[in-house]
Amino acid sequence: MVRNLTTDSALDGAASDDLEQGAPRPHRVLPNSESVGSPFVKDPYFQAHSVNVFYGETQAIKNVSLEIARNEVIALIGPSGCGKSTFLRCLNRMNDTIDSARVEGTIMLDQQDIYDRSMDVVALRARVGMVFQKPNPFPKSIYDNVAYGPRLHGLAQNRADLDEIVHTSLDKAGLLGEVKDRLHDSGTGLSGGQQQRLCIARTIAVSPEVILMDEPCSALDPIATAKIEDLIDELRENYAIVIVTHSMQQAARVSQRTAYFHLGELIEVDGTDRVFTNPQHRLTEDYITGRFG
Amino acid sequence: MSANVRNAVALSLRRRYARERRFRAYGFAAVMVGLLFLVVFFATIMENGVSALRQTEVVLPVFVSAADVDPKGDASRESLASGDYEIVIRDALARLFVDVRNRQDKRAVGALVSSESSFVLREAVLANPHIVGTQIELRVPASANIDMLIKGNVDRGLDASQRTVSDQQIAWVDELVRLNRIYLRFNSALFGNGDSRDPELAGIRGAFMGSIYMLLVTVLFAFPVGVAAAVYLEEFAPRNRWTDLIEVNINNLAAVPSIVYGLLGLAVFINWMSLPRSAPVVGGLVLALLTLPVVIISARAAIKAVPPSIREAALAVGASQVQTVFQHVIPLAMPGILTGAIIGMARALGETAPLLMIGMVAFIVDVPGGPMEPATALPVQVYLWADSPERAFVERTSAAIIVLLGFLFLMNLAAVLLRRRFERTWR
Repeated sequence: MVRNLTTDSALDGAASDDLEQGAPRPHRVLPNSESVGSPFVKDPYFQAHSVNVFYGETQAIKNVSLEIARNEVIALIGPSGCGKSTFLRCLNRMNDTIDSARVEGTIMLDQQDIYDRSMDVVALRARVGMVFQKPNPFPKSIYDNVAYGPRLHGLAQNRADLDEIVHTSLDKAGLLGEVKDRLHDSGTGLSGGQQQRLCIARTIAVSPEVILMDEPCSALDPIATAKIEDLIDELRENYAIVIVTHSMQQAARVSQRTAYFHLGELIEVDGTDRVFTNPQHRLTEDYITGRFG
Repeated sequence: MSANVRNAVALSLRRRYARERRFRAYGFAAVMVGLLFLVVFFATIMENGVSALRQTEVVLPVFVSAADVDPKGDASRESLASGDYEIVIRDALARLFVDVRNRQDKRAVGALVSSESSFVLREAVLANPHIVGTQIELRVPASANIDMLIKGNVDRGLDASQRTVSDQQIAWVDELVRLNRIYLRFNSALFGNGDSRDPELAGIRGAFMGSIYMLLVTVLFAFPVGVAAAVYLEEFAPRNRWTDLIEVNINNLAAVPSIVYGLLGLAVFINWMSLPRSAPVVGGLVLALLTLPVVIISARAAIKAVPPSIREAALAVGASQVQTVFQHVIPLAMPGILTGAIIGMARALGETAPLLMIGMVAFIVDVPGGPMEPATALPVQVYLWADSPERAFVERTSAAIIVLLGFLFLMNLAAVLLRRRFERTWR
């Protein structure tokens, strides 16, 4: 369903048309070049258009346009320092916390410009949750970790409501069975994989619309990683998920679309199968075949 | 690996290990030297100060003659309060020593006990008027010179002109010892009284209370202001030339000599704001200014040490910046903030120079009842006593130092306990 949406709905067909006609593949990224593939979708939920990000004088993101549909998992891949995390952090304005960061272009969430003056950043972050590379539970109890967001936003009318939210969130994050007898133990006492699932539970407890994940498994062992990946697959039913990952296998396993970033530019974005089996851009091919990165 | 390479490695290894052993020995020696100084310091202070914990007292058989203590003869409180108690004490002493005849001897025998003795008797009479006209056994403090004699600080071998106690007085004291009328008791004056010209009556209560009031003012002012400044600079202030300037200045202020703060306090708090001189409130404010840079710098360091991941976690679930700071950053930084604050307070407690400038060096007998009343502080009291010529003030100086060190020790203990408590809650 999503696959059809994303691959067949390319509005920007110019580049791929050229390629289909057997034009030589571009070897280098040209200034202001268009991305290869299909950055635009039919029914976009999140739309980033011509986004540029600067850290002081350095430009970290160059003219990136990308749309994200509902209920899809899109993976952002690319070598270190390519700007994929920076782009991710634009989507919930976490870059605001960095004084020198400056964002240009428009990013629309459900037709609303998130960098507009009328957009409240706290409300935005409640709608766009984020899971970080290193599990970062609060040094509080498991219960309080999950209940923190709902308490902040006043999502529960009473204690029973809050209990309900905490339990369902932990359940959705696949952690409830492991911790239900020790909800009031410290969240930092859990194993790394459990901590990361606790962070996911904390994120979904505020019922966001989109979840951003910044290399959520890079600090975890393969078993914990597998659990998180299964979880991502389940979460797709309710949320749009943008995941940054260094593992191409992971991107292939969990995502429907994959976007390849290189030196701040979005080089290629397309259905995951297509990117990994038949990359259109030379740089993408070099990266996924392991020639660099 | 060829043989000569192996030899070279073995040789260099031996040299390297020797160097490491030497280095460790240097470090150990340095620690030992430091410890040695500390032990010598404590031992000296203790040796000098412990004897001040006891004070010589004399038990006098006093006949409370109605003629002397009740001049109006109506036994009213007013009349008893205006009685001549000094003569009663002197008579009591004269009766103990039959050889006391002339005025000079009477004066010399009167100098055996503290000038406070007549007040002790007066208090006793006012509390129990029915003892007028009876014989009582009255315990009075011995004078400081006799106290020193009893504690063995007077060299009896010296010529009489070289001592503060005459041969006659020594003979009287020996007689008192024989009669079992003179002995050492716990020195309650040291802990119960304010300052006095007479060493046997001088106490540190006034200075202690002055220090407490001062620290109270310092904490109430420096802690909230310092933490608020640190939080603002660290979490909310934009990074620009102005905040850089402020940061540089805060660091510089931490190094300004403390007496300069005293001058500032004199000019601003006393001359301009007309706050009372010698008052703990002024001292507290000056010490607050003095400790503010320390509090700010340590609080900033503690806030900086909070992992950014916690901040991000809170922001990402939709906490505002203020909520993030107050619900996560400050609680996590609290142990460090408290440690810095208490170390700053400990420094303030030992500070003397700025207090000299604002008049807290005055001779104040009364124990202050509040931060607006004239007072002195423990380190200033040490300074004042160390400056006094009487032999008996030497041991009292050491005793005051012991109390000051005990106070500091308690504060550091509080810092450790608070840190541990907060760390347990948040880890």
